[in-house]
Amino acid sequence: MDSRVDRDSPQVSSPGQNLKAWTWALTALPLVFLGYFFFYPLVSIVVTSLTREGNLDLTPFSDVLTSGSLLAVAWFTLWQAAASTVLTLVAALPVAYVLARYQFPGKRLLRALITIPFVLPTVVVGSAFLALFGSASPFGLNLTRTIWIILLAHLFYNFAVVVRTVGGLWSHIDPRMEEAARALGASRWQAFRDITLPLLRPALAAASSIVFLFTFTSFGVILILGELRFATLEVEIFRQTTAFLNFGVAAALAVLQLVGVTLILWAYSRYQERRSVSLSLKPEALVAKRPASGRARLMVAGVVVYVGLLLGTPLVLLIQRSLSVDGALGLDFYRALGESRRGSTAFISPLEAIGNSLWIAVVATIVALIVGISAATVIAMRQSRASRFFDVLLMLPLGTSAVTIGFGMLVALDWPVDLRSWTLLIPLGHALVAIPFVVRIAVPVLRSIRPELRQAAAVLGASPGRVWRELELPIAARAMAVSAGFAFAISLGEFGATSFIARPDTPTLPVAIFRFLGQPGAINFGQAMAMSTVLMAVTALVILAVDRFRVGELGEF
Amino acid sequence: MLSLVSLNKRFGPIVALSDVTLDVAEGEILAVLGPSGSGKSTLLRTITGLEHLDSGSITWNGKNLAKVPPHERGFGLMFQDYALFPHKDVAGNVAFGLRMQGWEADRQDQRVKGVLEMVGLGQSGHRQIGNLSGGEAQRVALARTLAPAPALLMLDEPLGSLDRSLREHLLTELREIFQRLEATVLYVTHDQEEALTVADRVAVMESGRLIQAATPQALWERPAELFVAEFLGFSNRFAAEVSDGKVDLGWAVVPVDAADGPTVLVIRPDALRVDPAGTISGRVVDAAFRGDHYAARVRLADGTDLEVTYPTRPRPGTEARLSLDLEGVLTFES
Repeated sequence: MDSRVDRDSPQVSSPGQNLKAWTWALTALPLVFLGYFFFYPLVSIVVTSLTREGNLDLTPFSDVLTSGSLLAVAWFTLWQAAASTVLTLVAALPVAYVLARYQFPGKRLLRALITIPFVLPTVVVGSAFLALFGSASPFGLNLTRTIWIILLAHLFYNFAVVVRTVGGLWSHIDPRMEEAARALGASRWQAFRDITLPLLRPALAAASSIVFLFTFTSFGVILILGELRFATLEVEIFRQTTAFLNFGVAAALAVLQLVGVTLILWAYSRYQERRSVSLSLKPEALVAKRPASGRARLMVAGVVVYVGLLLGTPLVLLIQRSLSVDGALGLDFYRALGESRRGSTAFISPLEAIGNSLWIAVVATIVALIVGISAATVIAMRQSRASRFFDVLLMLPLGTSAVTIGFGMLVALDWPVDLRSWTLLIPLGHALVAIPFVVRIAVPVLRSIRPELRQAAAVLGASPGRVWRELELPIAARAMAVSAGFAFAISLGEFGATSFIARPDTPTLPVAIFRFLGQPGAINFGQAMAMSTVLMAVTALVILAVDRFRVGELGEF
Repeated sequence: MLSLVSLNKRFGPIVALSDVTLDVAEGEILAVLGPSGSGKSTLLRTITGLEHLDSGSITWNGKNLAKVPPHERGFGLMFQDYALFPHKDVAGNVAFGLRMQGWEADRQDQRVKGVLEMVGLGQSGHRQIGNLSGGEAQRVALARTLAPAPALLMLDEPLGSLDRSLREHLLTELREIFQRLEATVLYVTHDQEEALTVADRVAVMESGRLIQAATPQALWERPAELFVAEFLGFSNRFAAEVSDGKVDLGWAVVPVDAADGPTVLVIRPDALRVDPAGTISGRVVDAAFRGDHYAARVRLADGTDLEVTYPTRPRPGTEARLSLDLEGVLTFES
């Protein structure tokens, strides 16, 4: 008997080793991808900024920190982001509630309508708001040169983040918990404040942090609507680069922005970890009910009208512009989409640009899902310092401006082989922008999978890899479907990075729109509007498809 | 045969398992009894391979399990809170282990149906996990554990969160199922009644230590430590002094098999009987209903209170005459 006694030591046992191998593989993939396509370009920019002809040179940083106007830009960047976040939360929460709790005809359409603004190119949003609240406003409301046109455009743009993130969790919170609180004597408001709100907190924090970071690094909207009066750090980086060719100061600003973003994300990640509770999520079908009372029907109708007016008006105005030829209705701009005008090679037909955008979006989505889900699995697997660090690391592309990403790629990726004119660089750049979304959407869902479930699967004979396939993957499938839709839409609408890395003969749709907007004349503007409308339509189809998948999935799993 | 030798496991300063050595024979139903935090669950988790040992060895039919990962051990563990997969329906949960073993779809369906019928849920295969009641979820968890017919079946407080009537019903069913399967069973519970009902042998644990492993009858008749006697609910307990191999309680003189000095004397409930010819007399103070009997408090002349079992409700104030079976008097180190 004694000879059989030996230590059951963790160092030599295979479950630990298998898990380790998996963890390593899942960790290495995102690290390598981000390392080469994101951090290496970023470091190249920083090195360029700190050195002049190989010697250390800190003048750009002292220039930034002593300049009153540059510090004012930093302050404006902060407070407009905070104001935009609060405004968006307040405006979008009632909508998230109604979409989570009620089932009504046209709900899918309303969801799609909410998501469209988020995936529109910022150039289009900017133009639409100029049309809406510019000097030629159809409502006679001229908001140019005020902060309001910027805040409203940000609200329009980020509405979907709050509705999707908060509503996504809300639609799975068992309404019986609130009913239990009501039965214990809580008022409607108390039940919301004491039960639902705390349960929603992780989603609220996630949504706020995303909206804040987006508006913190807002570029296109401010460039068009801020005129010379308002500038964020982003716009200032752009101006310093293009107008003054002051690469040192631009890079210094970029570094400061990156530090700020890192601090925000670190704080958020810590909060998320402390707050994370394992909810027993309910299938959405059990949560969403048809509005039974008159009060509920009124609320649903109110929300539909509200969203329709708030988000529909700029979109309708956009379509109207694409169809109005010399003051009359016509399809001229659409008929011309297949034509390559001007005969120049750089000016390819809009139809080709649409084709480019579609295949690029497919590749970008696949890459973003593979890398993002791997990373999310690692982050959700354990709550350690390493996982928190990894979490922040993966969020960095989100806080880094698209312009910086594109610019960095252009500066750095001529080593070890010259990738700068590689066609696949565009979808890889897009994936980089989309990965943080995939991670943010997937981590809370993966964390809600209790360890006991994994153990139960293991005891029933599932190897660690199998556990992932049987548990994490299907439970996360819902989050993945939503992430995939987002990634696809982000790629379709991405503008900042693409404008740096797209070759002249392979423009994406937003780049083509920008080019057409840059050309004088009503025909070019009309065609830009027509292309924007097409982009909007494709996006709407994608989002509808994602929604269909979400509903179908509940019966499947 | 399952063989545990000198198992040790600490979580930081907490000792979860302290030198636990135990053999479980094939086909034996062993209940692991102890209060919460006594290391019962950790014991199951180490046998399953979900927890690594600090030292000691676990062998199954002569094979050391140290290097076998959980999914290759082929054991069944029913988790305390069931751990049902929320994204699969009832049948999907039950079929999981069969799929992992690579059963054909037809055989899987048959087996799932059979097991679900065995636990009384024959028609519920397509139901969603979120819509199950506590008792139903418990049955699904049991069915899922039983489906792959594990040679070693472990259940962690399987009836913990259920109400009493359901518990008693399921307990009988479980006993039947175990016997039909001829599996080796480890049944963790904190409820002594459950343990004594279901098991061939009961292992009592406290603070990570295995105190005693014995048949229910042996455990009842000769608890190895005061802790076991208390855990079994033996409530007539007295601090006393042994002199000349006897203890004088004032109302009875009891010969004991213990050295002179202080001791704790415990009277087994079945040793103190209502007997009109008994020599001990007192008065009934009150009586509590316990289902099939009444637990009455009887106060003796010197103020001592005894808990006595009555088949029918004694009226408070009535005189009680009791006899003491000396076989049922136990002494423990104080």
